[in-house]
Amino acid sequence: MAIVEINDLKKIYEGGFQALKGVTLEIGEGEILALLGPNGAGKTTLISVLCGLVSPTGGHARIGGYDIVANYREARQLVGLVPQEIALEPFTKVIDAVRFSRGLFGLKRDDAHIERILKQLSLWDKRNNRTMQLSGGMKRRVLIAKALAHEPRVLFLDEPTAGVDVELRRDMWETVAQLKADGVTIILTTHYIEEAEAIADRIGVINKGALLLVEDKTALMERMSSKELRISLRAPVQSVPEALAGYGLDLADDGETLVYTYDTKGEGTGITALLADLASAGLKLADLKTNQSSLEDIFVGLTTDKAEDAA
Amino acid sequence: MNWSAVWTIYTAEMTRFFRTFVQSFISPVISTSLYFVVFGTAIGSRIQEVEGVSYAAFIVPGLIMLSVMTQAISNASFGIYFPKFTGTIYELLSAPINFFEIVLGYVGAAATKALFIGLVILATASFFIDLQIAHPFAMVAFLLLTCLSFALFGFIIGIWAGNFEQLQLIPLLVLTPLIFLGGAFYSITMLPDIWQKLSLFNPVVYLISGFRWSFYGAADVPIGLSLLAIAGFTGACLLIIGWIFKSGYRLKP
Repeated sequence: MAIVEINDLKKIYEGGFQALKGVTLEIGEGEILALLGPNGAGKTTLISVLCGLVSPTGGHARIGGYDIVANYREARQLVGLVPQEIALEPFTKVIDAVRFSRGLFGLKRDDAHIERILKQLSLWDKRNNRTMQLSGGMKRRVLIAKALAHEPRVLFLDEPTAGVDVELRRDMWETVAQLKADGVTIILTTHYIEEAEAIADRIGVINKGALLLVEDKTALMERMSSKELRISLRAPVQSVPEALAGYGLDLADDGETLVYTYDTKGEGTGITALLADLASAGLKLADLKTNQSSLEDIFVGLTTDKAEDAA
Repeated sequence: MNWSAVWTIYTAEMTRFFRTFVQSFISPVISTSLYFVVFGTAIGSRIQEVEGVSYAAFIVPGLIMLSVMTQAISNASFGIYFPKFTGTIYELLSAPINFFEIVLGYVGAAATKALFIGLVILATASFFIDLQIAHPFAMVAFLLLTCLSFALFGFIIGIWAGNFEQLQLIPLLVLTPLIFLGGAFYSITMLPDIWQKLSLFNPVVYLISGFRWSFYGAADVPIGLSLLAIAGFTGACLLIIGWIFKSGYRLKP
């Protein structure tokens, strides 16, 4: 069931910049969606509209069935936001900052819940420190703790690991996995492909305010694990010989090249058999070349293609 | 209504106030004492009675108004400007609260602090002079309304300000002169005719005059006008805040 439904959401900023060009997207309860895109793609604007920081210019969005504008109280009650920039009152103690967040959401003070969150995020020992005394990574965790203080069902993480070192990034991924285990739906933005790969269930690619693709990570990974073997022939052929029909070969370069697609993760690639059959079919090979399509290729291809279309 | 959120904002603001409690408490006590030493004793002894009371007693309402107005403005403007400056405003905007509740929290806290300072000055003054309050209910009402309206005004400044300089600009350039020229330390009837007339364009005159009336029963302008002035000022601030929140001015693109 979709907990976040976004329908043709648009945002045009004062001055005419169109940050969102009609985004439509559904996010299922309990899933982790990574929004991947370059800087200025509209990731933060999308999150900001959904969380109430920015007013939408057109379209609708619902969270848990509540419209984000008409029923903003009910919608926001379900949502926690971890912003991209670290923003904390410097003189406030960690525990007070987290309690403050819970209070803003209209909930009674619950020390047991706060303690659980702070322990989960390894902040319990620092609970009486002022936020300005914490390291950057700790501050980011305080932001997560604040976002979780009112027990949200949907958590937005805007670039949670931007400018964070490798170890902290792994910590963050573990935290996200833990939250997912607790049943929290997570939408995170990132421009690190490996991050999307490591923790997301689904990956959306966004650029220039448009959602270019949303796909299961495993499907994307499958595309990524497929490889191409390009076989250049000494003499061009009119069609794929009968004997090779079982390999699903494609013809390219006016019959001078045969293209064989195979799965690197499969039990066998079938290359040995193919080469043997090629020889027995009497075809002479000039060259062999293999290509791998990575998520990076897909991503770069998508974002540059569309950019060229727009230009 | 999300009363929990209002209370959360209110108590967080008050906590900041009490964190600097000593400064908050001591500085008005010291400055008021200085005013009494200088104006009340040193200079005041050479000044004849004003409107039937000693000069030291005469300046008490003006002194309270001076502090209450500046404290209400600076607390409210800083209160809402600080989250804008640190970025924590995101939390207010993404919480299930409306703008009225945000105003109630911040303005309520700023008005409380100003009221507290006003009462501290009143108490300090009672050590120096024999205080008499002719209309205690009117006095309390004027004090509360002034705290509230100037906190609203401060909130507007805090929303508008883009940096710390702008935050100081209006209190320094506009308000301080208006208060000093508004009869905090003199009766405008002491002024030459033309300045008396000009003074009537200064809204602060009506507030100080009305407040002083509640102490000594004498006023520069009719008490009805004073009430109208403070009600009008409060109304204007509320209208502007209403517009700010409707349009998302400087808060929500």
